Amino acid sequence: MTSTKLRRSMLFLPGSNPAMLSTAFVYRPDSIMFDLEDAVSLREKDTARLLVFHALQLPVYRDIETVVRINPLSTSFGPLDLEAAVRGGADVIRLPKTDTAEDVEQLEAAVVRIEQQCGREVGSTKLMAAIESASGVVNAVAIAQASKRLIGIALAGFDYVIDMQTSRGDGTELFYARCAVLHAARVAKIDAFDVVFSDLNDEEGFLKEVELIRRLGFNGKSLINPRQIELLHNAYAPTQKEVDYARRVVAAATKAEEDGLGVVSLNGKMVDAPVVAHAQRVLRIAAASGVRK
Amino acid sequence: MKIIKDAMAGTLESSDVLVKVSPSDGPLEVVVKSEVERQFGEQIRRVVADTLARLTINEGVVIVEDKGALDCTIRARLQAAVLRGGAVEGLDWSILQ
Repeated sequence: MTSTKLRRSMLFLPGSNPAMLSTAFVYRPDSIMFDLEDAVSLREKDTARLLVFHALQLPVYRDIETVVRINPLSTSFGPLDLEAAVRGGADVIRLPKTDTAEDVEQLEAAVVRIEQQCGREVGSTKLMAAIESASGVVNAVAIAQASKRLIGIALAGFDYVIDMQTSRGDGTELFYARCAVLHAARVAKIDAFDVVFSDLNDEEGFLKEVELIRRLGFNGKSLINPRQIELLHNAYAPTQKEVDYARRVVAAATKAEEDGLGVVSLNGKMVDAPVVAHAQRVLRIAAASGVRK
Repeated sequence: MKIIKDAMAGTLESSDVLVKVSPSDGPLEVVVKSEVERQFGEQIRRVVADTLARLTINEGVVIVEDKGALDCTIRARLQAAVLRGGAVEGLDWSILQ
């Protein structure tokens, strides 16, 4: 079943930076992602792992979704990262470089073992898979359906374009991957997240990319700077006209239910169930971020 | 756990703490320096003592240079320094809580 949790913004934080780990909650992204992988140098993997393990337990993160990007389980760091993340209480584990459904199954088996060992409720740790290669894109549907714990799949652009022997440009290079990942997520009824936009000074380019992925249907985007959160949330906010229409649809659906009618109608026209569901989603987003400015 | 070699973890950046550990045959010696000594010195010493006790460190030298770190950062840096400098076989996560 599709989640009702909003995940427009997933803010990356380097796991090795204590100042950022202890203050990032003030920016109010929908999810905060503590990174133990690419943002942490090889010689600080052990210290970052412990910083994240303790930061996860801070009371300020109780009411915000926490995600930990671990190193691949095939490395010596990955299994220890997973221990720290699950035992620390991370809501979601983000697996990088997911190429096959077996990668997710292997992760889930390891999570179950840790949950049992540390007394955490089995099944309470959710998963997400980052797709970063041609293999991952081709296997996206199987990956997205590999575990009931998956809350979403994310496209990671940097490694993907290298694997495709190209480079980041106007988005053409990501066209197939974006569509494939998005369709896989929708088949599995989970969320889809777009790539990071790394040029912090190109606000126009960022907003153009956000508009593209919003219209495609992505739930949100990975972010590398808090400055991008408000821009993203505003771009995802519905217009006043959309909110007004959604209110009328939801009101009509509520009245139809009260009257015991199976069919919802508005202004003499029948309203289908997916339209009602979409209207409810519009109102949820409006409640979270207001109306688009 | 026993400290068998010099090790350190952390930085002197704001909100962080630098921890150095060294082996010694004498009883445990702990030195704490903090920018917020006056307000939080007692609390920092309590966190340091509790963390070292959980790691069963009873000898060696531990120097803590605090730059306004939260308790959780102090714990993490102390544990990292001790694990780097200690004789550790298999990690017992329960002592790191």
